[in-house]
Amino acid sequence: MKWLASIGLSGTVLALFAAITSVAIGWTYLGTKTQIDFEVRRAEARQLLEIFPPETHDNEIVDDVFEVAAETALLGIRERRQGYRVRRGNTVVGVILPATARDGYSGDIRALVGVRRDGSVAGVRVVAHRETPGLGDKVDLRKSDWILDFNERSLANPALSGWNVAKEGGVFDQFTGATVTPRAVILATRRALEYATLNAASLFETEADSA
Amino acid sequence: MSSTSYRQLTLNGLWKNNPALVQLLGLCPLLAVTASTVNALGLAAATLFVLVVSNTTVSLIRSVVSDTIRLPVFVMIIAAAVTVTELLMQAYSYELYQILGIFLPLITTNCIILGRADAFARKNALPAALYDGFIMGVGFGAVLVLLGAIRELLGTGALFADMQLLFGAGAESWRWQVFNVDYPFLVAILPPGAFLVTGFLIALKNQIDSSIEQRAKAQAEAPVAGSKRVRVTGTVS
Repeated sequence: MKWLASIGLSGTVLALFAAITSVAIGWTYLGTKTQIDFEVRRAEARQLLEIFPPETHDNEIVDDVFEVAAETALLGIRERRQGYRVRRGNTVVGVILPATARDGYSGDIRALVGVRRDGSVAGVRVVAHRETPGLGDKVDLRKSDWILDFNERSLANPALSGWNVAKEGGVFDQFTGATVTPRAVILATRRALEYATLNAASLFETEADSA
Repeated sequence: MSSTSYRQLTLNGLWKNNPALVQLLGLCPLLAVTASTVNALGLAAATLFVLVVSNTTVSLIRSVVSDTIRLPVFVMIIAAAVTVTELLMQAYSYELYQILGIFLPLITTNCIILGRADAFARKNALPAALYDGFIMGVGFGAVLVLLGAIRELLGTGALFADMQLLFGAGAESWRWQVFNVDYPFLVAILPPGAFLVTGFLIALKNQIDSSIEQRAKAQAEAPVAGSKRVRVTGTVS
């Protein structure tokens, strides 16, 4: 039964290496876990704090989450995502909503839209996109500060028809060579504002109200 | 190993048998992440690390593992090395980890790594295998960074942007706007640009090689002082 012994030996050696590599991975995992959790949380928190700077609130936004169901029509999100509440004392001063523009030039554009209690935009950030580098990717704050133009806007400023690129009669600039991407972001932001208005009661509900 | 063979290994890894320009291995990450210098540098460092770890380990275990099961064992070692690298990068360079995305785990299937393990490390002693992994990684990384720099320069007119992702705060100022562009030369940043620039680099290398060869030939055929007659058949430059 020479072949049986040979299989046994090969199997043992393979198992041995599987065990050794598993230990190496497990050990690194345990060693880096705290640091990785910290980094993931910090990256998330940093983005939220850009929309609502520290002086505007006194809660940990990153911990104050609520679920937004998948396929929520106005937000365009495909899967369940998180929204965040921004509080000062007992008042919810704003919310950060997840929004997805499905009509980007190259797939979905995922964004976070910060809405204040009075319905104005605190800030919009694109968190994931695959738009053309050099053209459509100017919606990313790292490439261009175009997205800051949404700050302080609301459904009344501009009026509904103004929520479009300048080329199509709106008040927002398009980029040289790219209309589809900015329009997608503009419309997604507008819809998020509409969602916030329609759901204001539940979104901005404060402890006192619910009690 | 003697010093001449180390010189041979160096020459092979960096030039004669360069993984990216001659062996043409690992092209998928090479083409995909080299839109900027910082991405290229990040992937180059990760690949280099994995190459050294896998070559070292494979060389150490070469007498234990029989030929029949060497491939599963090598793949296991490489996959473990990549996982460890991924975890470390996630912990200590989170932004870059996000940028490299899928290309970090894809190092597992980068043919350079398994290629060097099977073609070199399993037949050579530890120091040589380690050095081979290192120098092949450097050769691959050098092309990666060169490609990234050329594409970034052509596409954005700048060099070394976003270096803080790799080197921490303070590296923001490394960005060097070489010339100003109103319209970015998009092709350079998009995937076709990767193919074009790689093609030009390979052509350049071949051109240099053939001119070196010709010069050597010309030198060998040059009349030696004192000799009576020399027949010249090759091209003389």
